[in-house]
Amino acid sequence: MSLNILAVDDSRTMRDMLNLTLTQAGFTTHLAEDGQDGLEVLESLDPEPDVIITDINMPRLDGFGFIEAVRSRDRHRSVPILVLTTESAPELKQRARETGASGWIVKPFDPERLVRALKMVAG
Amino acid sequence: MTDTEDKAKADQTELLSFRVGTQEYAVDIMTVREIRGWTNATPLPHAPPFVRGVINLRGTVLTIVDLSDRLGMGPIEFSERNVIIVVEAGRQLVGLLVDAVSDILTVSAEDLQPPPEMLTEGPRTFVNALTIVQERMVRILDLDAALPAAEIEAA
Amino acid sequence: MSIENDPMAEIRATFFIECEELLEALQDGLQAMEEGGTDDETINIVFRAVHSIKGGAGAFGLEDLVRFAHRFESVLDAARSHQLEIDGEVLSVLFRAGDMLNDLVSAARDGEAVDPSLTEEAGKALDALIGADGPDGDGAEEEEVADFAPMALSLDLGPLDAGEGAEENAAGSDVPAAPGEAGAPGGPMAGPDGSPVSAGTGFRIRFRPHSALFASGNEPLHLLRLLDEMGTMTTLCRAEDLPPLGEMDCEKSYLHWDIFLETSEEENAIRELFDFVEDVCDLTISPLTGEDMAELVRHAEAIAREEVSPGGTAGDGALMAGDAPGSSGEVASGKPEAEGSPPPSAPKTRKAGGRSVGSGRNEGGSKAAGKGKATGGVKTKPTVRVDLERIDRLVNLVGELVINQAMISQSVEKAGLLTNPEIDSGLNEFMQLTRDIQDSVMMIRAQPVKSLFQRMARIVRESAAAVGKNVRLRTEGEGTEVDKTVIENLADPLTHMIRNAVDHGLESPEERVAAGKPAQGVVTLSAGHRSGRVVITVSDDGGGINRERVLRIAIDKGLIPENAELSDNEIDNLLFLPGFSTANEVSDLSGRGVGMDVVRSAIQALSGRITIQSRPGEGTTFTISLPLTLAVLDGMVVEAAGQTLVVPLNTISETLTLGARDIRVLGPETRMVQIRDTFVQLFDLGAEMGYRPPLESFAGKVVLLVALEDESRAALVIDGIVDQRQVVIKGLQDTFGRVPGVAAATILGDGKIALILDPADIVANSRNKAPNTQADLSLAG
Repeated sequence: MSLNILAVDDSRTMRDMLNLTLTQAGFTTHLAEDGQDGLEVLESLDPEPDVIITDINMPRLDGFGFIEAVRSRDRHRSVPILVLTTESAPELKQRARETGASGWIVKPFDPERLVRALKMVAG
Repeated sequence: MTDTEDKAKADQTELLSFRVGTQEYAVDIMTVREIRGWTNATPLPHAPPFVRGVINLRGTVLTIVDLSDRLGMGPIEFSERNVIIVVEAGRQLVGLLVDAVSDILTVSAEDLQPPPEMLTEGPRTFVNALTIVQERMVRILDLDAALPAAEIEAA
Repeated sequence: MSIENDPMAEIRATFFIECEELLEALQDGLQAMEEGGTDDETINIVFRAVHSIKGGAGAFGLEDLVRFAHRFESVLDAARSHQLEIDGEVLSVLFRAGDMLNDLVSAARDGEAVDPSLTEEAGKALDALIGADGPDGDGAEEEEVADFAPMALSLDLGPLDAGEGAEENAAGSDVPAAPGEAGAPGGPMAGPDGSPVSAGTGFRIRFRPHSALFASGNEPLHLLRLLDEMGTMTTLCRAEDLPPLGEMDCEKSYLHWDIFLETSEEENAIRELFDFVEDVCDLTISPLTGEDMAELVRHAEAIAREEVSPGGTAGDGALMAGDAPGSSGEVASGKPEAEGSPPPSAPKTRKAGGRSVGSGRNEGGSKAAGKGKATGGVKTKPTVRVDLERIDRLVNLVGELVINQAMISQSVEKAGLLTNPEIDSGLNEFMQLTRDIQDSVMMIRAQPVKSLFQRMARIVRESAAAVGKNVRLRTEGEGTEVDKTVIENLADPLTHMIRNAVDHGLESPEERVAAGKPAQGVVTLSAGHRSGRVVITVSDDGGGINRERVLRIAIDKGLIPENAELSDNEIDNLLFLPGFSTANEVSDLSGRGVGMDVVRSAIQALSGRITIQSRPGEGTTFTISLPLTLAVLDGMVVEAAGQTLVVPLNTISETLTLGARDIRVLGPETRMVQIRDTFVQLFDLGAEMGYRPPLESFAGKVVLLVALEDESRAALVIDGIVDQRQVVIKGLQDTFGRVPGVAAATILGDGKIALILDPADIVANSRNKAPNTQADLSLAG
């Protein structure tokens, strides 16, 4: 099964890289450049993505705000959300979890680990 | 094309020969971009006398060198048959003003002989090699020596 | 390898472009902080910039960059969380770190190395701010710097491929693998590949998800499946907590699992699987014991009985092996979509999935599609990266078009067709379109001067530090757009001018205080458009030009006669004379024998002008005025000695026809014309250009009054004015090197080349030939 993935990151480099990795892994990728944009893209996707990957520190709407907003919508209450961050600090994970994140990927990710993380939350 | 033909081709050069005054010169045809009839050049102030000026070559500015003057034979005599040979020397295009184009010659490497050592201090000959074609002596022009940008600038 | 064929090279290129933007944001942020903007968002922007650079650098294994960015980021993080107070000292360290980051990015891009001692110095200064003692404060993260190699993906997806196989296996067998097959309790067991594994090689895992696990979007199903891939798994789904159907809350978790996993994997590998959920489940992992194995066998027997009598109920627990989560998941998680769906398998055609990137977005859908998959559905201001060569080619073609349009107009006019209103208006429209196209093309090359100004901010910091002055750079009009080539060629002269301003323009802090000024000097860099030109100023609030000293130096160096009487402005302009240097001792900064004359030449090479204004005690301002573009120019087409020449319109202040009585003679050769109450020296253009010997008489000739850089004027004698029009600039440099008195060439409507003159250069050359006329300066003002 090919996963349908929404990736949200304000860094173009990261977006390109996620796109490349996910595409090469056979997944369908949708990209957004910050939380606000992510919400808009999310609403335009039908069916909802199998997984959302999001950066934390972004302009306009950051990762936490984005996750909160996603979780607050009935349609997306249980969509797996992976937080993509270079910050592996426990308190950050804690906050991500409290906000509703399913898991996290520490940047720089290697493709294998990214795919594994996707399987952990989305099969 | 067979291998032997290839080899035969390999050490053969095609030359474009032309007349400067009474002498016959030639350049490797691979350096020639085009041949144009004479048009009036816009003179450049304070340029060396062998620089005749610049002309418009389809939107680019082309410097025209009077080869006769450059080779120390005095300014070219004006004639309707005068032509400009546009050559690529170094990375730039230059127009050589000559009396007339004569021929396209195919010569092989062994037909070329080095020019005699020039010991005098007179005008340089700017010749790479000599060859005999149908009993005419053809002088193969050393383009880079004749048209170094730096020298033109400094002159 | 060409970039098109290598997606990683392309992303790498993107990364460095993005770095430039991020560094710009970083500079902006630091500058805002310097101006008092230490609000959270500003600090966060700076943090984000460094953070993103680090993130990208990590992906490309640029370790020096990652390490430094990490140290930088730690400090910013402290600032962000208000553990570090931002003051002037901290800012100067941050600025220095920003410069270093800039250097490291450039070095990484160009494959060069930065002197490690410099990096270390900047790094130590950062560490000191937060009391960290070295780059290894967070070593764990750094070790994760790994070369990012998605190309290896298809070869290296161990878990994926293994999963595929295992699932097919599981799906293919209706009968769960009986524990008996796996081996008697305590006896030798077969691993997934059939090789014998010793007893107890494996784990008993008890996994009880909390409701929060589901709330966080996690799904036990996926985890169990991954566990299954690690070895031979038998799962007991415990449903004893399950309430009656009517009381079930699908948000709640009622199930838990006892998992017997025979595997050669380490416990860590199993724990890693539960990494995301360890805080939202009860998880115990213990090595398999003989007792566990016995329990396993009991359950296997139980399930075998159920196989025979399918009507039976699961009792206290359903036992499943292999594809355990397949049916238990639906009950436990209340996620009907999991029901009956075949286990997700690894994609067999890996490329197929990428096709619909960017699809499904309603607004801007077509735009997104047009951008291709590299950017996917990202809603950015759509941009394209274009080879500069292609733009230059377009610029050239448009130049051709302009010339061609002029030619057509000329021949139409010659043929007397302008009386036909249709042709006339058609031609006018053609002309307008040509202009519009030209403007649009030129805009492609235009860039804001911001990046240039930011480079100058660094020059200010470095030169201020070098001479021990406290200097602030103020910038105005950073958004002003200027031709890319102009920006590139402005960097050197501006650098020199900025250094000059810091080094010579500004007084020492003590002197400033003594003069009642703030100790901190201000250098202002501004850009703006003024009457069709770009005007850039560099000013300082220093002591102004010390005219006495300048005059003395000029006389000592023999640049002007001992008894020369010069106006203030003329003295100021002496700075531009070749070989003039005001520094008593060659200073480390602006010395090196490079004077303002070099700056002026550089500006002139851009068809620009530079002027100077100075007020004692208040400061000095240099004003650079440049054409908007290097490609076209408004010119006056004139004739002299039978040649058609173009004089840039902006150099001409006045034109007049000479009468015999207007001309005054000074000495053997110098002739002047009286313009109102001043005398202006006449230059015979035909003779100056070497077209013919000097004229005996100028009577009846036309004169162009041209303004020179020093604000004096000169009069060029010509035969007549032909036209006034926009011309396309064609460089002579490429074909010929510099021609004295000539700025460039252009192609006129008749296809002929006309030279574009540089009047100031003509005058300067003429005066250099006859140095005794230097004294005329005093009359020229």
